[in-house]
Amino acid sequence: MDAGLFFTYLVVMAGVTYLIRVVPFVMINKKITNPYVSAFLEYIPYTVLTAMTIPAIFYSTDSVITAASGFVIAIILAYFEKSLITVALSASLGVFVAQFILQTI
Amino acid sequence: MFGKGIKDGIPIGLGYFSVSFSFGILAVAEGLKWWEAVLISMTNLTSAGQFAGLTVMISSGTFIEMAITQFVINLRYALMSISLSQKVSQRFRGLYRVILGFGITDEIFAVAMNNKKAVTVKYFLGLATIPYFGWALGTMAGAVCGNILPDIVCDALGVALYGMFIAIVLPKVKTDKKIAAVVVVAIIVSVLLYYVPVLSSISSGCAIIIASVTAAGVGAILFPKKNNMDEV
Repeated sequence: MDAGLFFTYLVVMAGVTYLIRVVPFVMINKKITNPYVSAFLEYIPYTVLTAMTIPAIFYSTDSVITAASGFVIAIILAYFEKSLITVALSASLGVFVAQFILQTI
Repeated sequence: MFGKGIKDGIPIGLGYFSVSFSFGILAVAEGLKWWEAVLISMTNLTSAGQFAGLTVMISSGTFIEMAITQFVINLRYALMSISLSQKVSQRFRGLYRVILGFGITDEIFAVAMNNKKAVTVKYFLGLATIPYFGWALGTMAGAVCGNILPDIVCDALGVALYGMFIAIVLPKVKTDKKIAAVVVVAIIVSVLLYYVPVLSSISSGCAIIIASVTAAGVGAILFPKKNNMDEV
């Protein structure tokens, strides 16, 4: 790709992404007091993370079976409130072991 | 405060390294130079948006297409920014927001919101630091030497970020019935959007927005917040 073209793409991409983050962040300075709006804003982080995870997690590896093993391990460890990194790495390890088992049988 | 931010940012940084690593591999495989991949990561700091942007670039899409794609996929950041604006300390405004707003990502946002106290400038700066470098360095590592690492390892790391999301959401679901209810709604809508034939043509970025806004909207109508922001 031509350098000029690349940089134009880059500016458009980075510019739009930056403005989406910063414009609302800078514009809103007051505490929102409307009970519906503040409830909505309290729930949104959890609904976003949930929507991003399910069902995408099942397709995040080569096979649904290995991904599901990672998912189950993550659910169990998260239920017992293990740290973020413990849950993340254990889930990966679970996928790795499952891949290994699938390849040997 | 800065130190606590750094500490809280470490797991995010590790997760980012693995995801941006695959972005680096892919970008170079699609014909970008390694420094172009790194530059994209350093100026965008977003996973889904960058993968989509890469697709637009290699298919020689128009600049309008690029702008719309980024807007739709990253629109959730606007919701997060508004949410975060309610949680930051008094001093965290003006130029601080112009600069640090760049660091709002799904994970940084989620960890910041999970904090019991108001989010200060120093804490947020600390929180965003390790993930930022993790993201840039992971891209570089992926682009430069990605082919050395066996596929099986890359593949296993694909689940890491989702594992982290589960670790954030599930403990909250256990203790808060309202959150549990909105999470169930989000799962239902998200699964419907993914599997119902007519709906599955919707892009994944768009599906995330629809599912999360619907679920949080239903939650807001059913359980509005009476004494708002008492925990901030």
